[in-house]
Amino acid sequence: MADFQTYYVPEQSKWPIVATVGLGVTLFGAATIMVASNQAESTNGGWMIFTAGVLIMIYMLFGWFGSVIKESRSGLYSPQMDRSFRWGMSWFIFSEIMFFAAFFGALFYARVFAVPWLGGEGDRGSSNMLWEGFQATWPLITNPDPEAFPAPESVIGAWGLPLVNTILLVTSSFTITVAHHGLKADNRKKTKIWLGATILLALVFLFFQAEEYVHAYQELNLTLQSGIYGTTFFMLTGFHGVHVMLGTLMLIIMLIRIHKGHFTADSHFGFEATSWYWHFVDVVWLGLFVFVYVI
Amino acid sequence: MRVHAQRAGALLGGLSFPALSLADWTVNMTPGVTGTSNDIFDLHMTIFWICVAIGVVVFGIMFWSIFAHRKSKGVKPANFHENTMVEVLWTLIPLVILIIMAIPATATLIDMYDTTESDIDIKVTGYQWKWQYEYINEDFGYFSNTTTPPDQINNRQAKGENYLLEVDNMMIVPVGKKIRFLLTANDVIHSWWVPAFGFKKDAIPGFINEAWTRVDEPGIYRGQCAELCGKNHGFMPVVVKAVPEEEYNTWVAEQKAAAEKERELTEKDWSMDELMERGEKAYASTCAACHQADGSGAPPAFPALKGSAIATGDMAAHLDVVVNGVSGTAMQAFGSQLNEADLAAIITYERNAWGNNVGDMVTPKEIFDYKSEQ
Amino acid sequence: MSAVAGTHAQDQHHGPARGFSRWLLTTNHKDIGTMYLIFSFTMFLIGGSMAMVIRAELFQPGLQIVQPEFFNQMTTMHGLLMVFGAVMPAFVGLANWMIPLMIGAPDMALPRMNNWSFWLLPCAFLILLSTLFMSGGGPNFGWTFYAPLSTTYGPPSTTFFIFAIHIAGVSSIMGAINVIATVLNMRAPGMTLMKMPMFVWTWLITAFLLIAVMPVLAGVLTMMLMDINFGTSFFNAAGGGDPVLFQHVFWFFGHPEVYIMILPAFGAISQIIPTFARKKLFGYSSMVYAVGAIALLSFLVWAHHMFTVGVPVAGQLFFMYATLLIAVPTGVKVFNWVATMFRGSLTFETPMLFAIAFVILFSIGGFSGLMLAIAPADFQYHDTYFVVGHFHYVLVPGAIFGIFASAYYWLPKWTGRMYDETLGKTHFWLSFIGMNLAFFPMHFLGLAGMPRRIPDYALQFADFNMVSSIGAFMFGSTQLLFLFIVVKCARSGEKAPARPWEGAEGLEWEIPSPAPYHTFTTPPDVK
Ligand code: HEA
Ligand code: HEA
Ligand code: HEC
Ligand code: CUA
Ligand SMILES: [Cu+2]
Repeated sequence: MADFQTYYVPEQSKWPIVATVGLGVTLFGAATIMVASNQAESTNGGWMIFTAGVLIMIYMLFGWFGSVIKESRSGLYSPQMDRSFRWGMSWFIFSEIMFFAAFFGALFYARVFAVPWLGGEGDRGSSNMLWEGFQATWPLITNPDPEAFPAPESVIGAWGLPLVNTILLVTSSFTITVAHHGLKADNRKKTKIWLGATILLALVFLFFQAEEYVHAYQELNLTLQSGIYGTTFFMLTGFHGVHVMLGTLMLIIMLIRIHKGHFTADSHFGFEATSWYWHFVDVVWLGLFVFVYVI
Repeated sequence: MRVHAQRAGALLGGLSFPALSLADWTVNMTPGVTGTSNDIFDLHMTIFWICVAIGVVVFGIMFWSIFAHRKSKGVKPANFHENTMVEVLWTLIPLVILIIMAIPATATLIDMYDTTESDIDIKVTGYQWKWQYEYINEDFGYFSNTTTPPDQINNRQAKGENYLLEVDNMMIVPVGKKIRFLLTANDVIHSWWVPAFGFKKDAIPGFINEAWTRVDEPGIYRGQCAELCGKNHGFMPVVVKAVPEEEYNTWVAEQKAAAEKERELTEKDWSMDELMERGEKAYASTCAACHQADGSGAPPAFPALKGSAIATGDMAAHLDVVVNGVSGTAMQAFGSQLNEADLAAIITYERNAWGNNVGDMVTPKEIFDYKSEQ
Repeated sequence: MSAVAGTHAQDQHHGPARGFSRWLLTTNHKDIGTMYLIFSFTMFLIGGSMAMVIRAELFQPGLQIVQPEFFNQMTTMHGLLMVFGAVMPAFVGLANWMIPLMIGAPDMALPRMNNWSFWLLPCAFLILLSTLFMSGGGPNFGWTFYAPLSTTYGPPSTTFFIFAIHIAGVSSIMGAINVIATVLNMRAPGMTLMKMPMFVWTWLITAFLLIAVMPVLAGVLTMMLMDINFGTSFFNAAGGGDPVLFQHVFWFFGHPEVYIMILPAFGAISQIIPTFARKKLFGYSSMVYAVGAIALLSFLVWAHHMFTVGVPVAGQLFFMYATLLIAVPTGVKVFNWVATMFRGSLTFETPMLFAIAFVILFSIGGFSGLMLAIAPADFQYHDTYFVVGHFHYVLVPGAIFGIFASAYYWLPKWTGRMYDETLGKTHFWLSFIGMNLAFFPMHFLGLAGMPRRIPDYALQFADFNMVSSIGAFMFGSTQLLFLFIVVKCARSGEKAPARPWEGAEGLEWEIPSPAPYHTFTTPPDVK
């Protein structure tokens, strides 16, 4: 900690307050849309608020990251600062893991407890009295109340697209590592090629995932509304998908920055953070593949 | 002005009233009237005294330091700040105390969970805001609504002895028999609680929880819904009457006969006046909780029926709302809760009360046909 | 946009900017700490006023002041505001002010994010409070917002409520990340982990708890959002879900949350008692391990809030045992505090009075917690005023007294002036009496059978409710005195020396009072 004197404390900044307003307006708009559409009212006002919020957020993201990048490139950041960023990013990823843990927990609970109970097994098996004829199965092909929640005709098997997607993502974990090695060896060309490959794999993954959703909605009647199976399926894969999108965006930005000549062989935390995030997204997928598709 | 005067009066009354009548400074749990409730009471007292004892020792030492080791007395601070021995001790001693405490607690808990070999099964269903009791082996059941008049609640009338803890139909159980409860709910989570029995158990929509009790002494036992269930959560009493077995058997026989009679009411020819009279009562006990006795509701959550497009419009739509409910709202499907006579009476009443004056009526038989068509 | 301008050396000699933009755009940990504390106290007053509405309605049986719908909204908002608006931000405020000073750091590790964490809070609570004025009213399902009362049966404003809590959650997570990064990375040379002041230790562990459980809260809120707006069936048995799932996920967050509200207070008390006992904290390392143990155990006890929902008996037993175990490390803390006072040289300034009251009254709250943990007995206690009594004993003389103690203790450092000792003591004694009068009778009410969250009650509960309300009014009005004391101190108190307390130790007392705008720009020497 000898480099203490050089810890950079930025002066006043407008970005946090812009970010606050942006987030607040976006979510207020989103809530307005949802409430209005539940009451069959016009959602135009809500969409306007929401769009305004999103625009503010985009402005903020460019501005805030822009100034961080500028500061970093003008050499204001010490190794200690770098460590702060590392701690920040690691704990942020930990918080994301806990967010997914909540949804995995919901899946386990439904499979191991709730559905069997409703089907007449276990400690609260007498609940089956209320749902005459309901059989516990997983995947849940008939719901306790099939009128309120029409069940899917079938579900998506593990060994088709999901397997391909698994291979894609696992490969992308390797390609980004190779890209990282390239950066460390100051071999920009190598980095660009492998980073480009990673992005390509990610885009293909997203395309297949979208394909799968269309298939589920249009042909299998597997939807968010088709009971707890559809609920957990779409919420888990959906949140994962959103994270992949975010990760892909980050990867693309990294490609642009490398193209512009940012980063050095031993100082490229932006790139590392992105690759940590990418690995995290991969690991979550492996969990999904096993618990949502295979088992 | 009047409101203020009324409030001032209520305040004065309130200040003097409790002291005068039911001055009640009970500070402890009561042992109750079942084996479980007695066990719980013992556990409660044991852990309480353990806590008191620990408190006396810990705070005793602390107060002694406060009195003896103060700077104003010129005390110089000592220098120790560690002692592995005592630290280990005061980790282990509480641990041992807790283990001792956990043993009887475990036994009681396991006993409470043993719902096998019951003599009588009663299904208890929570609704916003009333209870339904079904004697599932005997084929009859009924609703239990609060009977505390709004005037008492709003301080326009003196409060009765069992204020808020009184119902139209109590649950009746025999003493000395093991009764198994199957608890569930129709809308949100409720919780069925009679303190004297020593358990409360949540009634969860879509699931059935089991619990049991064996009441030792005849008597009337009062409790309340114990899980926040919306606006009238505080007005959802539970009253159970425990009676000797013979009395219970007679009562069951009566209930069965009455249930049979109710079914016959559907066949009877009803006049408008009869329907209106029955309707007013049934409306007050079933619907007024949400839509208010004067039909004004509490918009936007609970629409007014006075002048409502549905209550004054097409009969079919009106029937549909009341019989099938509006799914996803507090408006339940009353078709399965009320008999045909009551449904007909209520609907007729709604169409003609509070100046709605539609002028038409619907008979129990028509309701019966309407229900069977579905 | 001055962020990039100027090098570091120039910044350090800037004073604060002028006008409102100083507060809006600041990256200074002291300014942000101050804003957190002011925000928190504002929420305390609003949430407390709602408690006053509750107590006024419960002053006597019958409905007199509010209708049941509104009563439920008051209960819910009171709980939410106190937990998320008053107690948590107050501790983050203390962390912001004190952690850099205690470990010899120039600022928090991520100063801009720090500002964002703060400003998100007013945004969140603005949205939350605005729900009270929406059609159908604000949240009315308790601060625990159990489904399906909060989903299928919730008012339309529930969606706004969900996003408001989401925003508050983002704020907490980022605040916690900042604390961890600061503590792990910004300590002055020589400040090893086991030399850190207890307050810093407790906050490090609290921050870990926050990062672990706030996302779970976000998860359960998102499930609600989906159930309400997108037809999913997490909490609906008709689709194979379970309302009880909600409670499991919520309490997985909820129980650690209650320790989030008490651990920093433990830390502050561990600073204050040694100061006024003029004796080192007894058993420093076991204190650290105890906090760690409490934090880890807190992940394994959540279902003690759910003893009556029908958890299978094996689970019930597990959760009972785990809950009982928490008393052991907590006991270690209490014993160590007492041992610190033992054979010290005690004086009783206001911070010490609050600290002593903390130890006693928190323990009483802990004892009632232990009674609640006995699962069979909880079948009687659950959802009665006994529980309300329990948690107000750990929260009011626990968390809130911990905050008051800290405020009096560090006010001289913040403002450079002393508060009025006589007024401080008056504040303490009135609070102490009022608080006990308000919350002790709640135990009796609960044992006699009064359920919680009811606007009206049976006649046998009338007497103690009246006592409780009188105590509550007394406690409530006393808090205006605190406001007065702080304002008076900041404006016209006597000048305070760098170390106003004779027995105080730690880096924060090495710097002048008030603490200069920038401190420790070069790291101090730690022996
Ligand atoms: C700061 C907040 C805080 C803290 C610290 C605690 C601490 C504890 N709580 Fe509390 N609790 C709440 C806040 C808190 N609680 C809230 C808000 C609720 C209600 C939520 C709601 O429903 O709205 C609640 C509810 C609650 C319940 C659920 C009750 C119910 O709804 O039916 C239970 C049950 O086990 C419980 C137990 C405990 C225990 C065992 C501790 C222990 O940590 C206490 C340990 C401390 C001691 C025991 C005292 C000191 C120890 C000694 C002197 C050593 C020797 C002692 C012995 C060996 C006996 N709490
Ligand atoms: C840290 C948390 C915290 C704090 C500090 C408090 C503080 C207080 N609480 Fe708290 N309370 C909770 C957390 C907290 N509470 C929670 C989590 C619940 C559960 C909610 C639920 O069921 O969902 C609850 C529920 C709850 C209930 C039960 C409601 C019910 O079940 O229906 C009651 C009833 O008396 C109550 C009373 C009080 C009182 C009198 C105070 C007092 O200490 C408040 C004192 C403060 C002030 C009064 C503000 C300052 C003064 C002024 C602004 C001046 C105006 C003053 C006057 C007019 C006198 N609270
Ligand atoms: C627990 C509360 C509750 C009870 C009890 C209740 N209702 Fe309702 N009622 C509602 C709600 C909520 C609605 C609004 C439903 C909607 O959103 O369309 C409603 C709507 C109605 C409507 C349609 C009114 C309109 O103009 O839209 C009628 C008619 C009605 N109820 C009749 C009854 C009758 C008859 C009873 C008693 C047998 C009854 N209700 C009991 C809550 C209740
Ligand atoms: Cu039913 Cu509370
Ligand atoms: Cu808990």
